[in-house]
Amino acid sequence: MAIKTFDRGIHPSYHKELTSGGRIERAALPKLVIIPLQQHAGAPCELLVKKGDLVQEGQKIADVKAFVSAPIHASISGKVKDIDLADHPGGSRAMAITIEGDGLMRDWVAGAVQTDISAISADALRDIIREAGIVGMGGAAFPTSVKLSPPKGKTIDTVILNGCECEPFLTADHRIMVEEAGAVIWGLRALMKAVGAGAGLIGIEENKPDAIDALDKAVGSSNDIRLVILETKYPQGAEKMLIAAAMGRKVPTGKLPLDVGVVVNNVGTAVAIYEAVNLKKPLIERVVTISGNGVTAPKNLRVRVGTTFEEVIGQCGGLKTSEGDMEVLNGGPMMGITQSTLTVPVIKGTSGITVLTARQIKPVAYDPCIKCSSCVEVCPMGLMPYRLGDYGRAHRTDDLKAWDALACIECGCCSYVCPAKRPLLHWIRVGKLKIREEAAKAAAKAAKA
Amino acid sequence: MEDKATTQGSATKLVVSSSPHFLTDDSIPKIMHTVVMALIPAVVASVYFFGFRALLLVAVCIGTSLVTEYAFQKYRNKPIKIYDGSAIITGLLLALTLPANFSIFGAILGSFFAVGVGKQLFGGLGFNIFNPALLGRAFLMATYPVFMTTWVSPRTVEAAVDAVSTATPLAMMKFEHKIAPLYDLFIGNTAGSLGETSVIAILIGGLYLRYKGYINWKLPLGYLGTIAVFSGIFWLMDPAKYPSPLFHLFAGGAMLGAWFMVTDMVTSPVTPIGQWIFVIVAGILAVVIRLWGGLPEGVMYSILFMNAFVPLLNKHTRPRVFGAGASARG
Ligand code: SF4
Ligand code: SF4
Repeated sequence: MAIKTFDRGIHPSYHKELTSGGRIERAALPKLVIIPLQQHAGAPCELLVKKGDLVQEGQKIADVKAFVSAPIHASISGKVKDIDLADHPGGSRAMAITIEGDGLMRDWVAGAVQTDISAISADALRDIIREAGIVGMGGAAFPTSVKLSPPKGKTIDTVILNGCECEPFLTADHRIMVEEAGAVIWGLRALMKAVGAGAGLIGIEENKPDAIDALDKAVGSSNDIRLVILETKYPQGAEKMLIAAAMGRKVPTGKLPLDVGVVVNNVGTAVAIYEAVNLKKPLIERVVTISGNGVTAPKNLRVRVGTTFEEVIGQCGGLKTSEGDMEVLNGGPMMGITQSTLTVPVIKGTSGITVLTARQIKPVAYDPCIKCSSCVEVCPMGLMPYRLGDYGRAHRTDDLKAWDALACIECGCCSYVCPAKRPLLHWIRVGKLKIREEAAKAAAKAAKA
Repeated sequence: MEDKATTQGSATKLVVSSSPHFLTDDSIPKIMHTVVMALIPAVVASVYFFGFRALLLVAVCIGTSLVTEYAFQKYRNKPIKIYDGSAIITGLLLALTLPANFSIFGAILGSFFAVGVGKQLFGGLGFNIFNPALLGRAFLMATYPVFMTTWVSPRTVEAAVDAVSTATPLAMMKFEHKIAPLYDLFIGNTAGSLGETSVIAILIGGLYLRYKGYINWKLPLGYLGTIAVFSGIFWLMDPAKYPSPLFHLFAGGAMLGAWFMVTDMVTSPVTPIGQWIFVIVAGILAVVIRLWGGLPEGVMYSILFMNAFVPLLNKHTRPRVFGAGASARG
């Protein structure tokens, strides 16, 4: 099969071998979980329980009427111990429900029957997905039911499952594809049904031959689903890059995948849908890669939402403190969010916990730009990062707009390659923030007038 | 912002930064030192063909460049970065463009001008418009016109008394219509600047840089290709009057310019289209000056001339933004 890819991008060192060979293990049942009310892009949930309530594993404990949202469920059974502000792996503090477990575990598999997809309507599927609290599990955590409800007049002909997992260190999706290929394919067919798409594609990088084999077997001879083998390159899994590589369709600037007839979902999301429909199990646990040179025994764990990083890392032998200073990330090293404490919980969008050691932590000092052109050569969006960086740093919003700063997908390729170690993406983010602030101010002014 | 890791009681600290959190190993010093390594074959060839004097000139130019860099950084209270390798490259490249019997004082002056005016006055590495070594050479051409064009045959400099003054292959081609044997040009056994004569030595260094990934192939190949094609047109029209493309490629500063000056990161464009325009126009200019200009050699001026347009090229040759012009479907 011809290997497909997108233009530009980078080849970082992947370090996937730390965890790609071992089976997914089940994490020990936590005694305590901290479940934030905001785990998705969109409106935060409102409480359905109060302090002191007893809750069952899988019971809905928070929800909200807003369209762009997803409800939240108790990941263990026990008693609501606290409802208060808590550290959030997104980088701030947010309201969270703390549940103290009673040690009981529910058996979701007993009595489960595999449903025939043709027997469920698209509407019913969307309802199940929304009620199960399913969000994109690749990291962005956009509510899946919303993605599956295209506006009137838009037709979706293809569902792409994203099995690229192009972030260094992370192998959760890889292991899911190897170990749960059947559920992945079932979930993909459910997604196709929900949006009325006739075709399904699974985009997967060539560095996962065992996953390719497993999926190939699971698809069998049916021709509604096709595997697309992609070059191992970052950010192959970015939606726009994936659609361009797999189908040759380019999402116009400022538009969404559905504008070219496509929705993209993560392979983990497909499995969550399989479990929601067949096991009646809401999204209360997920596979997390715990890796990096700062972790004693890196592995993939099936973790309850709300388990603290401290506990999860502890189950992987703890931190290698002999390595000196560490950087702990919610996610991978390219797009992950840095943590200042280990008391933060795993949430629905936590695809990995990566711990970098002192040797890998990037320097703070940077040099002047030597116009080496590397950042321009790697930017998958075709931007000129060195320029955007300077404009962003100087808050030059007009220049930023003229040079398409808003098209930046924040992949970080530019900062990665810069030999002068210039924090380009950081400055571009600052610039984008300034543009939004100005727009908000202008809107407020217009509203007053 | 830092915090104690809560798992252990040890002194491991959690470091906080914005994404991406890990970076390539490449750095400015690493790139610059690799370029210095890549120039070593040319230095060895220059010592082989022109003797100890070549080594002396190289040492003087590098030394002056480092001292100048240090003095300017110190005086302007900037961080001292003389170890980043860039001043070494400027000194080295300047030395390699000098005739073997060039005055030592002139070499000092040229290096001072190259680093002081060509680089530091613009604001230091990254801010200069022109290639500092070429600017230094242009300065010496203006101040030492005779010295800069008095060439000696290779392997004769050591016996300084009876050093044979001679013309470079390009000058011979231009003024006497004599063509040097290609083999001598390839090996470097001709009169000329220290490091420009040996094609093979420069190629070894250039290919090493390409292998290391620090050269964009477009630049040297585009420049040399343009020289070959453009000079080839005239050669085909009248081979008796015009020298062959191979002669153009092997003679004078074409090879050194293509692999080490056109490729100077700071002074070449960052966009693919800008890079093409840069090398094609520079290549044509070099041939035009060689064939019809008042000077035998056009490589230096062709590159310096195009350096001036780099900011403009960078501004007006933006790559196409992903998805620009793509259309949505219903
Ligand atoms: S400018 Fe934005 S899109 Fe381009 S490489 Fe940098 S982070 Fe990625
Ligand atoms: S990668 Fe860094 S040094 Fe190179 S052009 Fe971009 S900003 Fe400048």
